[in-house]
Amino acid sequence: MSSLTEIRWHGRGGQGAKTAALLLADVAFSTGKHVQGFPEYGPERMGAPITAYDRISDKEIRVHSNIYEPDYVVVVDETLLTSVDVTNGLKEEGAILINTAKSKDEIIPLLRGYKGKVFTIDAKDVCMKTLGKYFPNTPMLAAIVKVSGVLDTDTFLKGMEESLQHKFAKKPEVLEGNMKALKLAIEEVR
Amino acid sequence: MAIKERMSGNEAIAYAMKQINPDVMPAFPITPSTELPQMVSNYIANGQMDTEFIPVESEHSAMSAAIGASSAGARTMTATSSAGLAFMWEVLYVAASNRLPIAMALVNRALSGPININCEHSDSMGARDSGWLQIYAENNQEAYDNFVQAYRIAEHADVKLPIMICQDGFIISHGVQNIELLEDDKVKAFVGEYNPEHFLLNEKEVCSVGPYAITNYGMEAKKAQAHAMDNAKQVILDVAAEYEKISGRKYGLYEGYRLEDADYVIVAIGSVCGTIKDTIDELRDNGVKAGLMKVRVFRPFPGEEFAKALKNAKSVAIMDRAESYSSQGGPLGSELMAAMYRAKTKAETVNIVYGLCGRDVSVNDIKNVYTQLEDVAAKGAAGREYQYLGLRD
Repeated sequence: MSSLTEIRWHGRGGQGAKTAALLLADVAFSTGKHVQGFPEYGPERMGAPITAYDRISDKEIRVHSNIYEPDYVVVVDETLLTSVDVTNGLKEEGAILINTAKSKDEIIPLLRGYKGKVFTIDAKDVCMKTLGKYFPNTPMLAAIVKVSGVLDTDTFLKGMEESLQHKFAKKPEVLEGNMKALKLAIEEVR
Repeated sequence: MAIKERMSGNEAIAYAMKQINPDVMPAFPITPSTELPQMVSNYIANGQMDTEFIPVESEHSAMSAAIGASSAGARTMTATSSAGLAFMWEVLYVAASNRLPIAMALVNRALSGPININCEHSDSMGARDSGWLQIYAENNQEAYDNFVQAYRIAEHADVKLPIMICQDGFIISHGVQNIELLEDDKVKAFVGEYNPEHFLLNEKEVCSVGPYAITNYGMEAKKAQAHAMDNAKQVILDVAAEYEKISGRKYGLYEGYRLEDADYVIVAIGSVCGTIKDTIDELRDNGVKAGLMKVRVFRPFPGEEFAKALKNAKSVAIMDRAESYSSQGGPLGSELMAAMYRAKTKAETVNIVYGLCGRDVSVNDIKNVYTQLEDVAAKGAAGREYQYLGLRD
């Protein structure tokens, strides 16, 4: 089982948690991994809590259920901490990554006694410094790669550059900003 | 060399559609199959396909336009889900009885109500008596492979029936996974050109499509249709054998997973089968002789083959992702149990309704089913023969 990493994303509709989960699957695939990236749809509307999942493995992935005991949890919107049980089933040897400007001391009491590692990143700050617009999924993606070690960060950045180059062939400025955001997020996550 | 990719089920089907490049696609968007007409429209706009896309005003019109196109002699496809399929109901029968080999990508979703966009097999199961062939997929790979095989089965001279290629809504249609695609030329050579025997635009042979049949002829027409459905079984196997040669992937009427020596067997359709396979491996490590019979082909219904595959089982759980409100169980349960009765299969059976409105099924849920199967086999009695899995108290 050790070759399988399971990640659960919590976000709000419109923030790009699903896109981030699919991007992570994409990059992991490009490094030769078996991947599964999928959203869980509730009511489809802006602002509603949504969940997305990643499985990354060296072996073929057959299971098609949601992830109940994730290795890692990513919280894209900290306001979810008071309404969604984000640490439910999260392995204690794993970790949770939260998008917040607050300190860990302020955040930990909201985690319902979770004993594993807690990481935070201020994705808004990263976005404003690099993109000038708030797209939390880009920094969160880089941060979870760093936290989980599921991919080597250099491999990840190289893969992202190729995929963004392809996607934004006509908008090179978008590529540059996003790459800066990814790199800064890797430095800023703590 | 196969092309290694990662794709969602919808992307995989759209890719197969692009490679096959049929003549006509009338379609009306509905979640979770909306991406299919969308992606095909993109391929057409980018000059990668020259299919005539007909944006219609409803699914009834989509199927009616498909019938028109197919009658005229065009290779025709469409895509839909749930209420969209239900709205086609009347004309589904017309497509089948006129023996039109239309291919439909069906992305399975619950029929209302309550209104729900998630996976259930109630849409295709409801259409099981419409005369369409039905093939189901466990994952994106199988959805792709099944669609590439679709026209070879549907257009075969012994069959000439429309075909539904089904995949689980969201779980497969929107889940991205690894996949191996075939090269365009291989797919095109495999599928081949469509040369209909009779068609409306044939100036050398005047014919009419869909006329009234008086009582003296109607029954024979329906029997001929049933006969074509019988023939499809062998054609599906022949096409699969040929497909194996170009893909290396083996397909049949069903797939047995650790089935041969299994005491406790689950019979299921679709994405849940992947979860069942993982559960089986875990149970086998603990000495439990668990197995799976995954139904690939539901129409025609290979009852004899299924019953034969289950002959050594001590107990069998038949899983239905659809309720049929018969108070007897789901559609797969009813049909398979009838086949097992005729074959005098000795296993005790339970029929389990699961996953309605997208209710998730975990490895633990499946473990509970096998525990129940061990219990049923030990007692030699099934007890409640029809029950729900994962129902909240």
